[in-house]
Amino acid sequence: MPHDHHDHHDHDHLSPSGHPYRADNDTALSYWQTMEIAIRELLIEKGITTASEVAAQIDTMDARTPANGARVVARAWSDPAFHTRLMADAGDAAREMGFDIGPLELIAVENTEDVHNMIVCTLCSCYPRNLLGLPPDWYKSRAYRSRTVREPRSVLAEFGVTLPDTMTVRVHDSTADMRYIVIPKRPEGTDSLSQSELEQLVTRDSMIGTGIARSAP
Amino acid sequence: MMQKVRVKPLMPPGHVRTPAYLRGKTGVIERSLGAFPNPEDLAYGVAATAKPLHRVRFTMAEIWGADAETPDDTLDAEIYEHWLEPVHAP
Repeated sequence: MPHDHHDHHDHDHLSPSGHPYRADNDTALSYWQTMEIAIRELLIEKGITTASEVAAQIDTMDARTPANGARVVARAWSDPAFHTRLMADAGDAAREMGFDIGPLELIAVENTEDVHNMIVCTLCSCYPRNLLGLPPDWYKSRAYRSRTVREPRSVLAEFGVTLPDTMTVRVHDSTADMRYIVIPKRPEGTDSLSQSELEQLVTRDSMIGTGIARSAP
Repeated sequence: MMQKVRVKPLMPPGHVRTPAYLRGKTGVIERSLGAFPNPEDLAYGVAATAKPLHRVRFTMAEIWGADAETPDDTLDAEIYEHWLEPVHAP
């Protein structure tokens, strides 16, 4: 009977743990994956780089986390002179703190009582990786990129941020050579916190503008 | 007073960094950023001339008209000067 056969079939596909086997995620390499492997192997064969240099660079990129950006924000909250330098030239201010951000052009935009800023890149996925690490997948999604410029408040609401009509939302589309970091509003009741305690309140999303800083503990 | 500019309503083929949703829209220069190698050259591996780049601020009402979610909210984008034309006050 078809049913018997079906049951038998399923039974055969259970792992010893009693769960069904999952399909391997083996798909053919894309054109660009093939290209990357070909170029990497050629560069290594020709002695221009080594496999360990490539691995070390990946390590360096993976080591960048939003904690870097949080240090910048906490210092801006605590140190008025640094805050002034950050708003004038965020790239130089980040370099001053010892972050190796290369020739990056960085602009800090600040949230206040009246203004909420948020960052998007409609053309691709520009993101301040040197300070925030790799972007979250949703940042690169077509939905986030297209909706943020059209209905930022609806997007914010889905992130749990509902703003009063009295506030202005400023969306920043990273269309060319600048990268952006949002300086979230400093939470109330944090006057007595140290800079390192303040860092713990600064989330990745608060620096993209899709969130706000955590409340004081 | 901030300078009023319109994004040229061009639709050329090839790689450009001017988002289509801003073409033909009027905004004000929020700040000027200096000159950067023209991405329209860089994309094709040819020698790139440096072009002035500006941050232009638009209102959501200007971009989306009656469909704007909140008309007074704003959008800032970086637009190369060769995509901008001055708008003179009437």
